[in-house]
Amino acid sequence: MVQSLDRSQGRAGGVATGSANNHGTYTGNRALQIEEPLIFEMGQTGRCGVDLPEPPKVKERLNGLRRKGTIGLPGLAEPQVVQHYTRLSQKNYAIDMGVYPLGSCTMKHNPRINEKVARLPGIGDLHPLQPVSTVQGALELIDSLAHWLKTLTGMPAVAMSPAAGAHGEMCGMMAIAAALEAKGERAKRKTVLAPESAHGTNPATAAALGFVVKPIPANDRGRVDLAALKAALGPDVAAIMLTNPNTCGLFESDIVEISKAVHEAGAYFYCDGANFNAIVGRVRPGDLGIDCMHINLHKTFSTPHGGGGPGAGPVVLSAPLAPYAPYPWIVKDGDTWRVAEDGAKVEGAPLGRLKAFHGQMGMFTRALAYIMSHGADGLKQVAEDAVLNANYVMAALKDVMSPAFEGPCMHEALFDDSFLKDTGVSTLDFAKAMIDEGYHPMTMYFPLVVHGAMLIEPTETVAKEDLDQFIGALRSLTAKAKTGTAAEDFKAAPLYAPRRRLDETLAARKPVLRWKPSNNPPGIDPLKQAAE
Amino acid sequence: MAETKYTEEHEWIRVEGDVGTIGITQYAQEQLGDVVFVDVPAAGRTVAKGEACAVVESVKAASDIYAPASGEVVESNAALAETPGDVNAEPTGKGWFFKLKLADKGELDGLMDEAAYDAFVKSLG
Amino acid sequence: MRYLPLTDADRREMLSVIGAKSVDELFRDVPASARLAAKVGGLPDHQGELEVERAFQGFAAKNLSPASTPFFIGAGAYRHHVPATVDYMIQRGEFLTSYTPYQPEITQGTLQYLFEFQTQVTLLTGMDVANASMYDGSTGTAEAVLMANRITRRHKALISGGLHPQYRSVIETTAKWEGFTAALSKTDAEGLEDLIAAVDRDTSCVVVQNPSFFGHIRDFTKLAAACHAAGALLIVVVTEVVSLGLLMPPGEMGADIVVCEGQSIGNGLGFGGPYVGLFATRDKYMRQMPGRLVGETVDADGKRGFVLTLSTREQHIRREKATSNICTNAGLCALAFTVHLTLLGEAGFARLAELNHAKASQLADKLAAVPGVKLLNDSFFNEFTVKLPKPAAEVVEALAAKRILGGLPVSRLIPNDPSVENLLLLAATETATDAGMDPLVAALKEVL
Repeated sequence: MVQSLDRSQGRAGGVATGSANNHGTYTGNRALQIEEPLIFEMGQTGRCGVDLPEPPKVKERLNGLRRKGTIGLPGLAEPQVVQHYTRLSQKNYAIDMGVYPLGSCTMKHNPRINEKVARLPGIGDLHPLQPVSTVQGALELIDSLAHWLKTLTGMPAVAMSPAAGAHGEMCGMMAIAAALEAKGERAKRKTVLAPESAHGTNPATAAALGFVVKPIPANDRGRVDLAALKAALGPDVAAIMLTNPNTCGLFESDIVEISKAVHEAGAYFYCDGANFNAIVGRVRPGDLGIDCMHINLHKTFSTPHGGGGPGAGPVVLSAPLAPYAPYPWIVKDGDTWRVAEDGAKVEGAPLGRLKAFHGQMGMFTRALAYIMSHGADGLKQVAEDAVLNANYVMAALKDVMSPAFEGPCMHEALFDDSFLKDTGVSTLDFAKAMIDEGYHPMTMYFPLVVHGAMLIEPTETVAKEDLDQFIGALRSLTAKAKTGTAAEDFKAAPLYAPRRRLDETLAARKPVLRWKPSNNPPGIDPLKQAAE
Repeated sequence: MAETKYTEEHEWIRVEGDVGTIGITQYAQEQLGDVVFVDVPAAGRTVAKGEACAVVESVKAASDIYAPASGEVVESNAALAETPGDVNAEPTGKGWFFKLKLADKGELDGLMDEAAYDAFVKSLG
Repeated sequence: MRYLPLTDADRREMLSVIGAKSVDELFRDVPASARLAAKVGGLPDHQGELEVERAFQGFAAKNLSPASTPFFIGAGAYRHHVPATVDYMIQRGEFLTSYTPYQPEITQGTLQYLFEFQTQVTLLTGMDVANASMYDGSTGTAEAVLMANRITRRHKALISGGLHPQYRSVIETTAKWEGFTAALSKTDAEGLEDLIAAVDRDTSCVVVQNPSFFGHIRDFTKLAAACHAAGALLIVVVTEVVSLGLLMPPGEMGADIVVCEGQSIGNGLGFGGPYVGLFATRDKYMRQMPGRLVGETVDADGKRGFVLTLSTREQHIRREKATSNICTNAGLCALAFTVHLTLLGEAGFARLAELNHAKASQLADKLAAVPGVKLLNDSFFNEFTVKLPKPAAEVVEALAAKRILGGLPVSRLIPNDPSVENLLLLAATETATDAGMDPLVAALKEVL
């Protein structure tokens, strides 16, 4: 008997299942929106998506530790796999689809030439431990990117291996700890200063290394309170961690004075480079007096975010910190490239190793292709257009939304939720309504120092006419919210997304982190059905 | 008679004999939203006044619970593992966190009584 | 410039809306001393796509591609065939150019594949729960040690000599700067009894690898029992995840945390990264896990959906009290892993593993027949160690001169240790052929 299996109901218990089929289709699908089961609910024994030859017969040498029983992986043929993941892909928003104004994330266009060159034979297929004589081009490539990063930041050294921004932070703060240790000051300098508006990774990193994080207040202009900072500096301070431009989208106008004060106090200046896109090609952080800064290649240099990684977080280092850079290093001897790996005799005192092999080569390749495409002239234009777009958004919305701070912003425009006061609409509701308008919401509730924060970063790769439509949509939503009668509509949003709002409380109270046959409601056991 | 005192961190402690029962206030649960997980200290653990000894989590926030007094944990509310929502429904009843055998009842003197706590909450706006 | 849609006319119009005379005005908060008057000097200007591609072909031409030559290197990164479907899928813009799924209503694609990925990882490792991936195997291993330290409130990790030397190095670096002890047992894969004897009441965890760096396959059941008796955790590392198609999973041996390098499935060699770390543990340690987790729930219409969950462990909420400072995972590499493993399925994954073992067996037998070459492994999966009559580094260079990538001299990763100077580590996967093995054997006879 044919059974209409409502594929959308997987989770037993919790919220009562409503009318999943409320559009009245037999399948539960809505045209291009296909309800898609899990692969574990689709598999059949005897199906396979690859054809592999019969293994030659050999004497088994597994020390008697052959797996007993099956793994439980489903069997699907290639077309099923292609359809499954294609359907899943259609439930995602992406930069390739439109404006993705996620503040502090720099969701800019990801050029496909970067993907192409990363896959070239002789680049994408190299083994990291091939003899160095057979990977001279790969080492040269890494060094080329390193040269660009050092020149663009005005810094003398760069550690390439960190796998992401947070990993780069760890690298930079370890270098600071190493420098303090070399001076015999690590035990007495235990405090790290960080503004209240810092990314969460900053305090997490500092705390992991045994530093005590002391928050520095902001002034009413959204910048670090210089007087408070100076008062906090002392012989116990190891470093300051400061994002610049900061997480409010503002340039720290006192930064030169800050770095001077930090250095006079014998501390180091860690700059979080998450927002480098606003100043790349126009300002060299080295000229501001910083000691180290990680660079998120997946932000400023356009390596794809890929649904949350992989990233890459090279760290530029000042002369006092350079000797502590971790293995590996790339060294040029005459015309030959070498890699200094663990145990190699090198100048300085490497802090150790942060990751196996040589870093995120695939990301290096993409970032270098992007950088070469733009060149020094194009990168300057990147920063200018990113800042121009953000200020345009700010100017076009400031009469109906509430800017958190006065004056020009850098590459992102920050609003608070005071324009929603007494409307019954929250920042979250407002953001969810943007989804129905066809946009990814802006960053919400960050930075924490602004109430109901909405942080909009258009990036330089959005066309003016697309920005105009985006602005129009936000103005329309603002007007609707301010009628005072639309709160229910906002709370119901999104209506047109692949899913309505999801019950995060249920997910956290009774975590279901993997599929099991028993996850399905009674009467639906696809594996069993498959077996029958 | 049982006496209830309050901290500025929005914990309450109800003292009966030399045992104090500890939880979070109505105001605290409202600020947190739906509680999804509570990590309570195991019986037998000794805690010092002001020590972070429990964690209460909602979907978007996690807060440490600080011991309002020193002592030894004699019982913790195991039911919260299954029904953390009790903290929202009955923060001063079924939603209690743990019981402490007080080392020094004098430590409670600095805490607020109900009227003082109500005024404190009001002052937060 | 092809990536910048604004025209000069747009820019002028936008400036007038803003009320600024020039873009420079928008940068007025930058101290004048740091404002560059012109573009950064000493760097070339923009280039067209053709020129860029040509430059990268230039880099590629200076390398020896494993595809064009007999190839037998492993040591934590393995050359496997990746089906074309995998690369097609991960290049779909909806996956490639999407961010971390913080807005679940419009990122169900990413969330569902991560949920599938987590399930696959638990099945392969024989564990209860898995996260949505780590940067790679080496960083995942260091995170596992930190997690064990948190759970046990102890600060001493015992590290097997069979662990990949660079993984060990990552743990030691973490230990040095985050303040715990990482003690190494002897650099010998046979350290099982030593490890059992060394576990004590201060030990937070023991870190072993299976198959070991040298290729040996071990049963850690007794070690797990010794760890648990002392209140310590057993961390099992797998750098060749294909081995789990054939071998008893670490979960069955009693592992508390399993970390795998997932590169072998779906991800190319890529000169070392990006790769994908698999991280799995027991239910009772779920809330101590680092990294992102996807969980199942329902939406307002009662339909099944997926969300990031238990995020209070993470840095953006817990800040200095987070379980880890990690923010990014390896989402797209996890997708490659999950698509490839779905294509393989139960039957394909098991056969792939059989094929790897068979090819390595054939290679081992061929090499053992070469005069002067001694096979050191009684057991192995697709990788093993041989002892040569002379330093392996010289031999590998001589082979490379003949355009043969004939394994890894162990001394490259364990320098300054005479006992490993003559050891050569070789791997053979399903990509190995007689047409590749025979030239290696012939060349080896010449250079020895």
